[in-house]
Amino acid sequence: MSVAATHRVSGWGNTTPVRVRLVDDAEVDMSAFGSRGAIPRGLGRAYGDAAQNSGGTVVRATGETIDLDDATGLVRVSAAVSIDELLRHVIPAGWFVPVSAGTRFVTIGGAIAADIHGKNHHRDGSFGDWVRSVRMLLASGDDVVVTPQSDPELFAATCGGMGLTGLIREATVQLIPVSSSQMAVSTRRCNDLDAVMSTMVDAEDTNRYTVAWVDATVRGARCGRGIVTFGDHAEDASGADPTAYRPRSPVRIPGPAVPLVNSVTGRIFSEMWFRRAPRARDDETMSIPAYFHPLDGVDRWNRVWGRRGFVQHQFVVPLDADDVVREALATVAASRPANFLNVLKRFGPGSDRPLSFPMPGWTLTMDLPATAEVASMLRGLDERVLAAGGRHYLAKDALVSPAAVSAGYPDIERFRSVRDRVDPNRVWCSDLSRRLGL
Amino acid sequence: MRDASGGVQNIVVFGGTSEIAVATLAHLITPSTTAVVLACRDVDAGRAVAESLDVADTVEVVVEHWDATAHDSHQGVVDAIGARVGDLDIVIMAAGVLGNQDALEADPTSAVGMIDANVTGPVVTLLACARQMRAQGHGHLVVLSSVASVRVRRAAAVYGAAKSALDQFALAMADGLSADGVDVTVVRPGFVHGRMTAGRPPAPFATTPDAVGAATAAAVRRGRRVVWVPSALRAVFAVLSLLPRPLFRAIADR
Repeated sequence: MSVAATHRVSGWGNTTPVRVRLVDDAEVDMSAFGSRGAIPRGLGRAYGDAAQNSGGTVVRATGETIDLDDATGLVRVSAAVSIDELLRHVIPAGWFVPVSAGTRFVTIGGAIAADIHGKNHHRDGSFGDWVRSVRMLLASGDDVVVTPQSDPELFAATCGGMGLTGLIREATVQLIPVSSSQMAVSTRRCNDLDAVMSTMVDAEDTNRYTVAWVDATVRGARCGRGIVTFGDHAEDASGADPTAYRPRSPVRIPGPAVPLVNSVTGRIFSEMWFRRAPRARDDETMSIPAYFHPLDGVDRWNRVWGRRGFVQHQFVVPLDADDVVREALATVAASRPANFLNVLKRFGPGSDRPLSFPMPGWTLTMDLPATAEVASMLRGLDERVLAAGGRHYLAKDALVSPAAVSAGYPDIERFRSVRDRVDPNRVWCSDLSRRLGL
Repeated sequence: MRDASGGVQNIVVFGGTSEIAVATLAHLITPSTTAVVLACRDVDAGRAVAESLDVADTVEVVVEHWDATAHDSHQGVVDAIGARVGDLDIVIMAAGVLGNQDALEADPTSAVGMIDANVTGPVVTLLACARQMRAQGHGHLVVLSSVASVRVRRAAAVYGAAKSALDQFALAMADGLSADGVDVTVVRPGFVHGRMTAGRPPAPFATTPDAVGAATAAAVRRGRRVVWVPSALRAVFAVLSLLPRPLFRAIADR
């Protein structure tokens, strides 16, 4: 029996809790990892089992460095620093993160490991495109600085590598300049999926950010109707302090005894959400949290799904396979699981990073209850996704099979050969890597 | 490892030829499953079961020799299974023999093998599996008990007492294991139509191996500690447990 106390950890979806030993990254003793190895963990926002390592060690990120070069927008930042902390520091200086996920409570280490993307992917790519160097602890015990020039394969495998190439300690990231902390946002309400998609395509040319919420609770022609929002950072803000950035603390809610989301509340919410959106509105001024991180307004919002947890299923299919998106929404609408949050986005060019998720195409994200029925429905869809040449996002995944990963990530052997070189004994491993045979 | 809907990669059955275990497997095997291990005394019968399993080509089905009464070998068998397939995600303990109470009373020594197969062997193997699961930080032990263990009747005194010991052992283990991320589900079926009960008159609330398998798989997914099959037996035995002994005797030994 183990002597050290163990802790229960799970992903944000709360589906597969396990026991692990927790250590801080400042005090890592690799000789104490044992046979089940270790995986780094930031704020635990990966939905599935990416940042857990059952029976093994989980290394918590702790650093606090934020060193911004005001002139160039290059920032040297600890892996443990969250996007939230980074924004509080850099927005007043006129800088912004190049890529924002749907939550600002992700760490820089996590953002690199998942190679996160945002509403601006069509123009700005994913997080890894903006990372200039990474300092990391390899399985050999060496602390090394890796740049795209010094070790291109290791760098490419680390951005999107789900923490499996080593412990990221610090990174240098290029920020983008902004002249205010406000967003100028336009909204279009679209009555069907075709309208949603064409609105998004049209908006991409002239807008840095585009995204759509789509409705999978109505059937027939209206299925996939949605609300497209697009916009950019506001050019100038009236007032004395254009770059003031003071996000409100998240509201705490008690954990509900039963899941608040079910097929009835999901449908009511979706109907109301759709109707309250304006048919068309241009250049509304919104704050950064209101535009980028609406769910962060509620602390631990994942608890609305109850004890059983949920999956956030995200796939991408090539642009000409938009039928798969249509079919996915129709399948969900037909089987009526609890559902209210589906997000559609069109990706721009992908990268050469072997486990990086984005590729040119449509990406659909659906929050669904973690039931056997939903699992079998999603598996049916997965076959269509893979047949179309698509893939699944590992930072969200808790369901797909090893075969689905091999099919979706044809470059995975490049990733494996990097690991064979820097970590032949698989010191860095996770439940995700064990489940999917990464 | 486990996926979000409770589907697992590796499933190990001790008493791998048990009809109830095979029926349970059918409900537990998902597209996430990569290996099924049938550990049993009769390896040929185990191979026949392996052949009959409806699984995808990607699932490795392994038959391993395991004799409930060969206690000294159990730790080695559990280690060998772990070395072969990796994590023990779900372990089903389905070994057991019903025996004949009258024959046991006529030949008392024969009760030793009967108790070995129903309690001693399963306890040794479950302890070995529990140790492995603690080290993994996750896992699920499924123990096939019986309603006969809840209130033991004279007509099945040895079987009922043995199952009662196993049932209580499993529940007590569960209290300690939950802190290590390991779940335990105790299955209490009533009379199950099948090979084991062939030729015996069915009791009220009789059920089938498939019904037990379906209920067990559902209980495993939900992480329930005790499952009665059919579920009405829970209420029936709540009453039976409270009956004064003369009254229970009159009903049970009819």
